Amino acid sequence: MELLVSAGIGVLVAAGTWLLLRERSFSVVLGLTLLSYAANLMIFASGRLAADAPPLVLGEAERLADPLPQALVLTAIVISFGTTAFLVALALRASAETGGDHVDGGEGER
Amino acid sequence: MTLAGLPLSILALLLGAALVPLLARSGRGVAAWSSAAVLGIAALAVAPLAPAALAGTVTVLRWPWLPEWGLDLAFRLDGLGLLFAILILGIGQLVILYAAYYMPPEDGLGRFFGILLAFAGGMLGVVLSENLLLMVIFWEITSLASFLLIAYRHDASEARIAARMALAVTGGGGLALLAGVLLLGRIAGSLELSAVLAAGEAVRAHPLYPVALALVLLGAFTKSAQFPFHFWLPNAMAAPTPVSAYLHSATMVKAGVFLLARLYPVLSGTELWFALVSGTGAVTLAYGAYVALLKHDLKGLLAYSTISHLGLITLLIGLESPLSTVAAVFHIINHAIFKASLFMAAGIIDHECGTRDMRRINGMFRYMPQTAVLGMVAAAAMAGVPLLNGFLSKEMFFAETLQEPPVAGYAYALPAFATFAGVLSVAYSLRFIHDVFFHGEPVGLPRTPHEPPLWMRVPVGILSLLCLVVGLLPQSSVGALLRTASAAALGGPPPPYELAPWHGFNLPLAMSAVALAGGALWYRFRGVLFDLHERFAPLVGGPAAFERVYNAAAAAARLLMAAMDTGRLRRYVALLLLAALGLGLHAVAGAGLAPPHGAVIPADPVAIGALVALAVGAFGCAGLHRRRPLAVVFASVVGLIVSLTFLRFSAPDLALTQLSVEVVTIVLLLLALRFLPEEARATDAPRRRRLGDAAIAGAGGLGAAALAYALLTRPFETVSGFFVEQSVPGGGGTNVVNVILVDFRGFDTLGEIWVLALAALGAHALLEGLRLRPHALRAASEADRHPVMLAMLMRPLLPLALTVAFHILLRGHNLPGGGFIAGLITGIVLILQYLAVGLDITSARLRVDHLRLFALGLALAAGTGMASMAFGAPFLTSAHGYVPIPLVGRTHLASALAFDLGVYLVVVATVLLVLSELGRLSQRELRPAACGGQG
Repeated sequence: MELLVSAGIGVLVAAGTWLLLRERSFSVVLGLTLLSYAANLMIFASGRLAADAPPLVLGEAERLADPLPQALVLTAIVISFGTTAFLVALALRASAETGGDHVDGGEGER
Repeated sequence: MTLAGLPLSILALLLGAALVPLLARSGRGVAAWSSAAVLGIAALAVAPLAPAALAGTVTVLRWPWLPEWGLDLAFRLDGLGLLFAILILGIGQLVILYAAYYMPPEDGLGRFFGILLAFAGGMLGVVLSENLLLMVIFWEITSLASFLLIAYRHDASEARIAARMALAVTGGGGLALLAGVLLLGRIAGSLELSAVLAAGEAVRAHPLYPVALALVLLGAFTKSAQFPFHFWLPNAMAAPTPVSAYLHSATMVKAGVFLLARLYPVLSGTELWFALVSGTGAVTLAYGAYVALLKHDLKGLLAYSTISHLGLITLLIGLESPLSTVAAVFHIINHAIFKASLFMAAGIIDHECGTRDMRRINGMFRYMPQTAVLGMVAAAAMAGVPLLNGFLSKEMFFAETLQEPPVAGYAYALPAFATFAGVLSVAYSLRFIHDVFFHGEPVGLPRTPHEPPLWMRVPVGILSLLCLVVGLLPQSSVGALLRTASAAALGGPPPPYELAPWHGFNLPLAMSAVALAGGALWYRFRGVLFDLHERFAPLVGGPAAFERVYNAAAAAARLLMAAMDTGRLRRYVALLLLAALGLGLHAVAGAGLAPPHGAVIPADPVAIGALVALAVGAFGCAGLHRRRPLAVVFASVVGLIVSLTFLRFSAPDLALTQLSVEVVTIVLLLLALRFLPEEARATDAPRRRRLGDAAIAGAGGLGAAALAYALLTRPFETVSGFFVEQSVPGGGGTNVVNVILVDFRGFDTLGEIWVLALAALGAHALLEGLRLRPHALRAASEADRHPVMLAMLMRPLLPLALTVAFHILLRGHNLPGGGFIAGLITGIVLILQYLAVGLDITSARLRVDHLRLFALGLALAAGTGMASMAFGAPFLTSAHGYVPIPLVGRTHLASALAFDLGVYLVVVATVLLVLSELGRLSQRELRPAACGGQG
């Protein structure tokens, strides 16, 4: 299972990086979204994987998943929505100002 | 309480710097009087401590400020500090009086006196600091104030260039000094001056002593305009003359030699000190004196003579005999007095004649006899004519050169050199007197000069009188101050010496006589020198060299910028990613990894299927990114798999959050897609570049996968045990993740919702008033904008979903849920409502100002934190207990719930603000079209 999760993180980083290097702002936004999935999974993984052990102190389970990375990732997920929203707004504004959605402004012919 | 006078005096000056410009609106007189009052208050604050300092007691006041950095608000008054405080505050008063008449009447003086007071505050801070770091801070204030004052006539490019040069040199020296001081502090174990002074032995024996010494000397030499850093000072004469009289002769440039005297007990006593300090001082002394005579500009002559005298003081400090240090301190006093007087006299002449060129200003004695007499007294003091103060310290200097020098071979050279320097200084002083006040008639002056207003002559008169008083009655006038200041500089009682205007016929007197006669001859044959200088001068020149270095640095910076700042995002990102890859590899290569542990969770077919789906989603998104709606669908697959992953590995909170964020993100991206072409125009990225991108992406992916695998298969220790144990007894909740968020690490969460609010506000600001042409206008979708089915469905769904959200908010402390998730769910439901019945109707029903919602949420979260402070507990301490609620019964509630409610409100506001703003964007464009269609 560890191998599968690692592979998943690798796939997300590779695809996200590729998108990050594209020329259109929308692709870059998508790339950042994929990268933030990967980053969140990586932080989550730092608490190691645990099956059927949600961090709820209800008495019966003797072993709980590490709650701290979960708390960190939870806010990170929500903030990543905030930054995506900001980036989308920025991209729209830039395309209104420069007349194109190239990351370098306009149609990128510089 | 009198101790507080030290910081209060500095504070008064700095506050005055802010206040006087305001008061100056009521007139020039108010500006001058209030500035004088501020200086007076500062003097009164220090005065009660002066008797103790004069008696040799060191007064120290210490308030902790940033103790972990060794930075305390620590002040100190000893003899040396007292001497400088008197110079700063005393000459400051005279300069204010003088400037009030000197500055052109159209100048309101507010800015001028403001900066001047700021400088005085900084300078007083330098001399009264016990903490060396604090001293450096004040040191920089003086550099900045000097910059502003040199550039005071900021419409003149010459003034701006001079100011920039002075700042670059003295500011650069300040940086070196900072490094030197930090190093000294490291060696001595403390940044407190008392401790550093006591650790002299250890400092000098330390292997880093040469480095620390060089850095400190760089600071001192740049500030005190020592060769080869002297060139900024003559250019600084672009400042108004009162500034030259104050900063660039009497006080600021003395900060460097002050520093040498201050750290003398620590740093001196080595051959390196002797070589560097006395060598630099000697070169500066001779060079400044030589050039001074050649200057036709009156202030230029004085500037170079100042450089020369600063060189003399440096040389005396470098000679390392106790008596030479006494002579140095004495000359600091004398030079400040006569040079301030000379600058003021030069200012009067400039003021009256409209020029400072000594080839045109001649015969002034007839036009302004009083000023001429005062100027001549001061110039004679500068030349070292007997019965004046300059003579006494120069005699001490001559006597010192006759002592056994610390390095053999100087026995004859030093006295000869000293006499030669004396010859030069007599020559330029003679030029000041003869060329200006006599030597025929003025040449082509714009107006007929006459005596200036009385109050302009008064400060010059006071200072010139002081030259005479100190010269005649040295012991009773400055004897006590000199003794205690020398003791402070030496770090012990000074050797016996006699302060008297007459020491009988001896060798120093003979040297003085030779200097006077030689100086007269040198001046007589100056024509030959001028010719020689004309021929060779262009070969050397500090300012030109400075300009060359400056321009070369600017050109190099431009080249670097052109190479790095290409304006191409892809390049930046690629560089950043490559750097990250390199650093990652470097870190892994250097780290010895622990052996992996065996225990892994076995894979199952479902998980393999999920990975395949994830890969299809991610690569599909990457490969088909130009077909945007499709790419969004692929991305949503990824998000779904990620949230399932969280669920599979025991993170229900994360799964819920990810799922709801996924929904709002997809809505966001789809809304944005309206304004972007559905299919991106294919740009012909070269094949080579695409291959490079693929290589970077592949390497990054492999690296991340390897890192994740290494991480997952290694044993680890977590700090979470505390959180799990304390969750119920400390936080009153069984959902540890939520308790961490709202209680243990509540302060983090508070910061995070601020970030969220700011990101949403930023997006709002970017989108507000934006007009965009929608690209994807399809008739079919327009007709079906608000499907009836959805509208009908929302009627029962809306209250139901809101109830669910509320439930999730309430239970979050104990079961998966909480403010973040509940906020997202509420946001989604309300967005659905927008979609079902339209923006206008929903907005009309839902009368909530999103910005107010932010304010409410943030205030609630912060307020909960502060409420705990009202009970004497630290910020954000949570309380919990069983509360009886009517109808519901005894319910377990934690105060963290209020905090979570704040989180909830902020999340709701974020979602609504961003998405409704994007929705409104579409309406702005659609409405006119729709009207047109119907009409």
